[in-house]
Parts: sequence; structure tokens; C-alpha cells
Amino acid sequence: MHPDELNALQRGGADDPEDLETLGSDAFRVLGHRNRKPEGMRKGTGREIYTDDLALPGMLHAKLLRSPHPHARIVSLDAQHTTQMPGVHEVITGADMPTPYGIIPWTRDEHALALDRVRYIGDALACVAAIDEDTASAAIESIDVEYDILPFYLEPEQALTDEAAAVPIHDPKRAGRNGNITKKVELEFGPVDDLMKASDVIVEGDYYFHGTTHAPIEPHCAIGNVDADGLLTVWSSTQVPHYLQRELARVLELDVARVRVVQPAVGGAFGGKSEPFDLEFCVALLALRTGRPVKLLYTREELFYSHRGRHPMNMWYRVGASRDGKLRAVDARSLLDGGAYASFGLVTTYYSGQLLTAPYELESYRFDSTRVYTNKPPCGPKRGHGSVQPRFAFEVSLDKVAAELEMDPIELRRRNFMGTGRTVNEFRVQSNGFLECLDAVERASEWKSKHGKLPYGRGVGVAGSCYISGTNYPIYPNEMPQAAVQVQIERSGRVSVLHGASEIGQGSDATMAAIAAEELGVPLGYVRVLSADTDLVPVDLGAYSSRETLMVGNACVHACRQVADRVRESVAGALRIPADRVRLAGGWAFDTDAPSDGDRRLPIAAAFQLAEAQHGTLGALGHYNTPKDGVHGEYRGGTIGASPAYSFTAHVAEVEVDSETGFVEVKTIWVAHDCGRALNPMLVEGQMEGSAYMGFAEAIMEQQIMKRGDPEAGLHDAPSLLDYRIPTSLDCPEFVALIVEAADPEGPYGAKEAGEGPLHPSLPAIANAIWDAVGVRMDSLPFTPDRVWRALRGHEAHGSGN
Amino acid sequence: MLRLHPYEYHRPDTVAEAIALLSEHAGDAMPIAGGTDLVPNMKHKLFTPGHLVSLRGIEEMRGISENDDGFAIGAAASLDDVAKNPLVLEILPSLARACSLVSGPQLRRMGTIGGNVCLDTRCTYYNQTLFWRKALGYCLKKDGTACHVVKGGTRCVAAHSADAATALIPLEAELRIVGPDGERTSPIGGFFTSDGVWNRRMEPGEILVSIRVLRPGPRTRHSYQKLRARDSIDFPMLNLAIRVDFETDGVVADLRAAVSGMGSYPRKLGKLDAEAVGKPLSEEVVEQVAEQAFRQCHPLANIPVDLEWRRAMVPVLVRRALAEIGA
Repeated sequence: MHPDELNALQRGGADDPEDLETLGSDAFRVLGHRNRKPEGMRKGTGREIYTDDLALPGMLHAKLLRSPHPHARIVSLDAQHTTQMPGVHEVITGADMPTPYGIIPWTRDEHALALDRVRYIGDALACVAAIDEDTASAAIESIDVEYDILPFYLEPEQALTDEAAAVPIHDPKRAGRNGNITKKVELEFGPVDDLMKASDVIVEGDYYFHGTTHAPIEPHCAIGNVDADGLLTVWSSTQVPHYLQRELARVLELDVARVRVVQPAVGGAFGGKSEPFDLEFCVALLALRTGRPVKLLYTREELFYSHRGRHPMNMWYRVGASRDGKLRAVDARSLLDGGAYASFGLVTTYYSGQLLTAPYELESYRFDSTRVYTNKPPCGPKRGHGSVQPRFAFEVSLDKVAAELEMDPIELRRRNFMGTGRTVNEFRVQSNGFLECLDAVERASEWKSKHGKLPYGRGVGVAGSCYISGTNYPIYPNEMPQAAVQVQIERSGRVSVLHGASEIGQGSDATMAAIAAEELGVPLGYVRVLSADTDLVPVDLGAYSSRETLMVGNACVHACRQVADRVRESVAGALRIPADRVRLAGGWAFDTDAPSDGDRRLPIAAAFQLAEAQHGTLGALGHYNTPKDGVHGEYRGGTIGASPAYSFTAHVAEVEVDSETGFVEVKTIWVAHDCGRALNPMLVEGQMEGSAYMGFAEAIMEQQIMKRGDPEAGLHDAPSLLDYRIPTSLDCPEFVALIVEAADPEGPYGAKEAGEGPLHPSLPAIANAIWDAVGVRMDSLPFTPDRVWRALRGHEAHGSGN
Repeated sequence: MLRLHPYEYHRPDTVAEAIALLSEHAGDAMPIAGGTDLVPNMKHKLFTPGHLVSLRGIEEMRGISENDDGFAIGAAASLDDVAKNPLVLEILPSLARACSLVSGPQLRRMGTIGGNVCLDTRCTYYNQTLFWRKALGYCLKKDGTACHVVKGGTRCVAAHSADAATALIPLEAELRIVGPDGERTSPIGGFFTSDGVWNRRMEPGEILVSIRVLRPGPRTRHSYQKLRARDSIDFPMLNLAIRVDFETDGVVADLRAAVSGMGSYPRKLGKLDAEAVGKPLSEEVVEQVAEQAFRQCHPLANIPVDLEWRRAMVPVLVRRALAEIGA
């Protein structure tokens, strides 16, 4: 290689000379640093391209006709006039896509458009493609539908009755069962009844979670297009391109190899885009029928109907402990209000019990969870899927146990710390930084000088939690890897990372870029990431259950190391040193024995060129699959909730309660989270703050509820962002993020999740703080002023007021 | 997304031109200033006028001027301008406060004080999309025949939800209104009616041009209180404005109050002075006034918020207002 060429390469992006001094150290040069996301500038300057920003020549616009009734049989649907309206190109109905779908293969109970029955106000039953949105909107109004009104059930208790079972929302899978039950799970670990009897203190209570939705800023949007060769492409604001591709092919009866799903930038998802939706099937079929591109963008109102948000849950908890605070028995019963379809409900039902068993050592545990259909927008996974509600009930119960025992609630939690090993339901925990989390929030919040010591109206509360870093098993059973990454090197030193993970704001593109830069020794700006395009990148299962950092991260490490090994070998040959002395870092390939010796190093691009000449074009595929040995118990359901690694969180919340009005002002939430290893502390802190924010919002303000009474029953109470209140930045407490790193052997560099776990303790920590502030237990969410005011008045009425 | 219907947009330079345009397209025209109330309502198909007559280009409707006996506030002055005007802040702090609590900062810069006074009434069964209202079967206020707030009710009880209007009532503001038949003034206390469908005594062809507020005496104090779910942005669940005139010795000479956010118009509370006049604002007097106010207030389910709680907040707001006044 000509020296000038080398010099030119040397100028391009290598570290400053002073940084070269540290080249020899093992320290991370990219990972662990507060690097900006690759898409950060685009988003910050408004230049990011979301699905609705895409426009194709000749594109049509589609609108969905939605049911005005909570439960009705479709007697007839007449779109004769509609098809003849000027500007209308196509009308489709349920009969056009009769194959049912559902994200969970065992509960496929949805149709792209309702076939013969609508099950909630907002259920879609027809779709029109027209030259523009106004024409499409007018067209759906012209469709004549005759309905036969059926009895409807807005309360899960009501859906369970024999009367409701006679006209169920879904036909039962087996005769004699109540079709309104999606799933029932009963599991018991250890002798709960005996140990409950043997407990010194027993706390029992009813708890209620009210239901909330995701409210991402970007509404769902999809575009379908069929190219000249008949290949179907769907661009969609989804977080599961792979599952969407499969379901599109199945429902539309297409060869899956001829369906391409592309996920443009997503403006928030939070679990609300983690399964296929009506609009994606509709734009695909309409594009196939019309031969023109078709776009459908939800209105804000439609997001509240498509929903899939957090299940309302009625929970009963009984917790027994010994005098020294050790937990002996936990007995739980939950009724999940599922809405009209199953969604992820089978998993939600398991999660409502399975995910409660860490970070504390439970001597015995039993849960009994039932998910019921109701005639409301379907519930599904929202950040902290299935476990936020029971965590609230349980962590408030623990606070009550501590109060009964007159023990500091942090001390109670310490005494029950499980460490690593097996949970009572046999999950394998290999790392656990929960104690450090407790220490961190105790110290930062000055807990000891506040708990029980602040003046009336002001208080602090603590809570802990655990969450999964991905599910150990994919949604459809298979033995293939869960994640894969392709890395390819260009001669300039530029590195391309092609991966299937869905960047939904959480930072998966940033994480893969940082891993590649670290492993291959290039500056971060040399890495380009292409993700979530099923034609171009390897399969990944999507952004759900906090799996991307661990799983795709591991696959990325695997791919990069294969390439790096080849580069090191070639450089070692050129420098005549053993390969294990070659390190790739900071834009250089160098001898670790003499990092600052100009003769013993090469610019990284030159190193790549050497390796390419020797080994051929540089690139590799890496993959990751979850460990299958000894990760969980061998009982029915034992795989659900199992994860390669578990994260842990502790919160302390400080509140001020206006006892006259009932307004709760959350002043500060200290969030300590064990993420294993912070691959980018700024992104981890962002996830911690965002999670704590979301939990705080659900505790204080957000409510997805339907109206009761005639004739308004079943109508969404507030399907707009004016009336479905989410806190703005002005309504927020201070969030103090405290990163704890208990590295896990399964995670890339020890990393675990950070995107969902830190949400859980917000709700119980605030409830426990309200108790500390004004002496009332808020066992029922949310803590809106009217409800707190009522609780305070009830408290006074019972003569136990302050 | 929710789309607006097609309409023609006019931008006259004078009040006379605006009146002429409204007359020319009578029945199919509406005035628009900031649009912060009208545009969302148009998206919900609550109004679909073929002509919008903008008031933003009319110079005489903007600005806040002081004269010998008080202020003239142009109806097209933004809420933000009123809230931050140094004279208003000093002399009419309750009005400045009310304007500063409307919605959020962006909307306060667009929205006008005249628009706030003329704000359409609001209801959980009314401020919804066409799809939603159709699924409901519509309501008394728009396209339907039944009231869902008061089942079987024959009069619309959508909530008056404006902040500035409530604050202006104890200040005894006067509204200058221009129409095809000329100009008239209306005391704000008599401006509103109890009909939630259209609660302003103003014909569709008329325009509120300016608001006149007399300079309060040196021993007058006033306060505005608002109950809302979010401190960042929300309509009132309840609001209250109180004005107290004191004698030289700190004894109450007069006490007037208005509340809103409950029924279709901002209500003057009666008999409050009976509890207070001739006495200093003692704790006992404050409690009597608060109790009297509570007895007169009956919130309705036009907002889906606990009625008993909303009512219980009336004396709380009275106490807080009087504490501010007494301070």
C-alpha cells in the first residue's frame, strides 16, 4: 500500500494523538460512553422520515369503517353505492380476508375486518381506498350496515356469568365452556396454605388497576404497494416486522417470500405496535386489488380503539411473613379485563403471576389468573407487560407487612433479597444487583431522614421489581436463532450493520452501531446501520419484552468478532507479531505491547484492506439463540416468563399531598436500575427516566375507560389527547437515574434490559409515599385528586385521621 | 387524520368589512380570531361554515389601552398579551391570572381574549368526533334531541369553560359589540344565558370588538382560582373569581364572586356580601362565605369527573381566593 494512501486514511476519523496514549488499555472506547444515537440529529431537526412522510406516485388513501356498537351481528353490509362514488377505487370487507389471525398462534381470534360480528365500539368491518382522505372518509359514511344488537359486557365479572356465557363474545373452544374466558392459569409453588398458617403476620387486600393505553406520538400508519413483478411491500409503523410479514402472508394467502415488510422510523410504540393490525392487512389487499400504492394513517381517536394497552386488573393478594420480616407465603388471584380480542393475552395471563418471583425469595407462592373478554378495545402488551399491575399489588402489600412489623420497608426488602440462583417458580437468575439498587435510592433520597419523619402531607415510599431481558422462547415454536446480524466492511473503513431489530426510540440501532465500532475499532461515525427490512436484513423477532440489547447485541458481537479475528490475523502477519497481540481500537490496528509506536500500528482502513486482500470480502453473519438448559422449570407454563437474564429496579418516590383537594404532587423519583452493563449510559438513563415517567403517569393521571349508562355504554370516555391526559414536561417530577451494573454472563458485555423494568416500581412507590404522607392506603389506581380526596375523607370518617 | 371541511377564508381589515362579510354569507359564515376553539370544533364537525371571517387583520381590535377610567382591551388581543401586559398585571391581576391559566403557552399566543369570552360551551358528549357522536346517537346541543348529562333534560347543560369570562364578571366589564345594526354595549354579567347550545346574547352576525374594564378603587382586591387536572394545560373543572372592596379600616364593603365550569354560564354567586359586609375578613367570615358558595353550586356530569368532589372544591377555592385577597 502506498504511504500516501495510508496517510490519507490516517486522517479520516482516527483518535486524537493524546488518545493514542490510552490505546493500549482494555477500556471501552465507544461502549460505556454517552454517544449520540445515529438518528438523533434527524429526529432533533425534524428530518426523520416516518411512514406517513412517505408518498408514492399514484398513491390512494384508505379509511376504515368502524362499528358504532359494542356487540352486534352484522346482518348485511351494502357498499353498492360506495363503489360507484367518484374517486372510490375499492371497498373491502371481512369476507375478503376470512383467515383469522392473532399474534399468539393458539389464540387466533381476530379478522382483518370483522367477518360477521363486531365486538367493541371501533371494531373495523370495511375499508375503502380512494383518491384522497376526504373521499375515503365520505365513502365509508355511505356504506349501509344492518346490525343485530347483541348483549354486551363491559365488566369482566359480568362476562363470567352463565347469562353472558349463553351469548359469548367468542365461541368457546370446547362445548360447555364460557367463550368469554381467554385463559386461566393456576400455579402453586411450595405449600402456600401451610406456610400462610405458620406466618406471624398476614396482610390481605384487594387491589385494582384501571387500564391505560400507550399514547405514542406517532399514530399507526401503513402503506401497501405491489411492484411490477407482483411483489408486495408493506411499510408500517410496527415493532414486529417479522411477525407482520408472516401474518400478512398467511391471511392474504401469499408466499411469504413474496412479502416484504419495511419499518421506517417509528415515533413511539411502547408495546402498542407489537402485533399485526387491521390497517396493515387492508393496505396490502387494497394495493393488490387496485395495483396502486395505498396508505392508511390512523386518527388519534383510532389509536384508542386499536389500543392493546395495559389490562385493567382486579387483584387479591394475601402475603404471610415471619416476625423477622421473611416472606413465607404469597397467595394471589387476578381477574384480567382483556377487551374484545386475545392479542398477547395468553402470555399476559401467565406474566401476571410468573414475573413476580424476584428479586425476593418467596418460600411459597400461588397465583390464579383469569383473562376475560369484554366488549371494549382489546388489551395487550404495554411496557412492563402483565407484571406492572401485580407488582403494584405486591409491593404495596410488602409496605403493609413492614408497617405491621414496624420495620423499615427498605430493610424488609433487604431481608428478603434472593440473590442469584432459582426463583420459587424455578427461573434461573445469574446476576442480581437489587441490593445495590436499594442502597442507591436509599442514599440518594436521604430516606433515613425522611421516611416516617416528614410533616403531614409529605412522604416517601419505596418499591422494587424485576423484569426479563427478552423471552427465552419465540412466539411461534422453533429452534432457530432469535436474532441475527450481518456485518460487512467497506474498503474505506466504513462498517455496515444489517439487523432485524426494530428501532422504536429505545436505541437498538445505536447499540448495534456502538458494538460494531467497539469490536472493529472504528470511530462510531464510520458505522451505518440498516434495520428492520425483511428483504434485506436477517430475521429478528422484534422489539418486545426488552430483548434487543441482549439478543441482537449478542448476535452483533458474534458477527463482529468473526470479522475482527480475520483482520487481526492479517495485521499480525504484516507486523510479524502473534494475533492475540493485535487490538482494533480507536481507528487503529496496533500491537498491544507498543500502542504508541508508529511502526507497530495501521490505520484501521488499511488493516481492513490487508484482511480483504488475504481473506476475500470482509463480512460475517452472527446470531444468538437463548440457552435451553436449566433456564426454567419443566412444568406446564414454566417456559413463559423465562429469560436469559433478569434486570432489577428500586424506586423511592417523594410526594406532597394536598389534603384539601386530594392532588398528589410527585416531587422526585429516584430510580436505581441494574441493567447489567450500561452500553450507553445516556440511553440507559433515558430509558430509566422514560419508564419511571410512564409509570408515574399511569399512577397519577392516565385512564383508558369506557362510559357506562344508556345509550353511551361502551363509548370511549376520552379518545383524544386533550381528555386522555398524559403529563406534560411541566407536570413531571424530577427523575434521578442511578445506574447499577451487575453484569450477567448471558448479556453482551454483561448487559441486560433497561427499557421496561424501571417502570414497575413507580406505581407502588407513589402509593407507599402517599401512605407515608397522609396515612391512607391507595390500593386502587389511579391516584387522581377526587379518589385521593375520597380516600382521605373515608379515613377521617373512620376516625383514624391525623 | 381528522380533516377540515372546505371553506373560504376572508381577511378583512376593518370591523365594518367583517360585519359586511358576515351579513353577506349569513347563516354560512363564522368569525375566527385565534381559532384555538373553532378549529378543533370544526375537525369534530361541530361547525362547518362555508366562510370564515378572520378578525386577525383588524387593527382596532388589537391592543390594550388605558384611559381615564380604565382599560379597553381589544377582543383580538392574545391571551398571552393580556396575561403579560404590565398594566393588567398591576391593576387587574385576577384577569392576568385567568388569561395565563388558559390552555398552554402556544395556544395562549394564538387564542384571544374575545374568543375566550365567546368560547363555545363544552361537554363530554359534545366535544367528540363525528364517529363518536354518531355512535352515541348525537345530543341536544348538536344534531340530536336527547341530553345525556341530564337524562330526559330538555335544556342543554354543556359547561361554560372559559377562564377570562369568569374573571371579568366581578370586575363588571362591559362588552362592546358591533353588528349590522350598529354598536351596542353589554355588561358581561348579562351577556350569558343558561342555554348551553348558544349561551351568548349575541347574534351570529355580531362581533365582540373590545372589552372595557373600569379601574378598580384603591381598596379593591380580587382573585382568580382554577381547578384543573394538569397545571400545564386543561380546561377548568371549576373556576372562581372574587372581588372584595374594603373600607379604609379593613372592613368589607362589598364582596362579589362568579363561578363557572359547572353549568352553561358563569354564575354570579348571591348573598355572599350578606355574610361579609361590615366585617373584617376573619376566618369565621371566610368560612361563612365558603359555605354559602358551596350551597349555591351544583356541578353537572358534563365533565366526567366526580361531581361530589368538584362541588367540595368550591369552598376550597373560596378559601384560597380570600386568603390571597386578605394577604
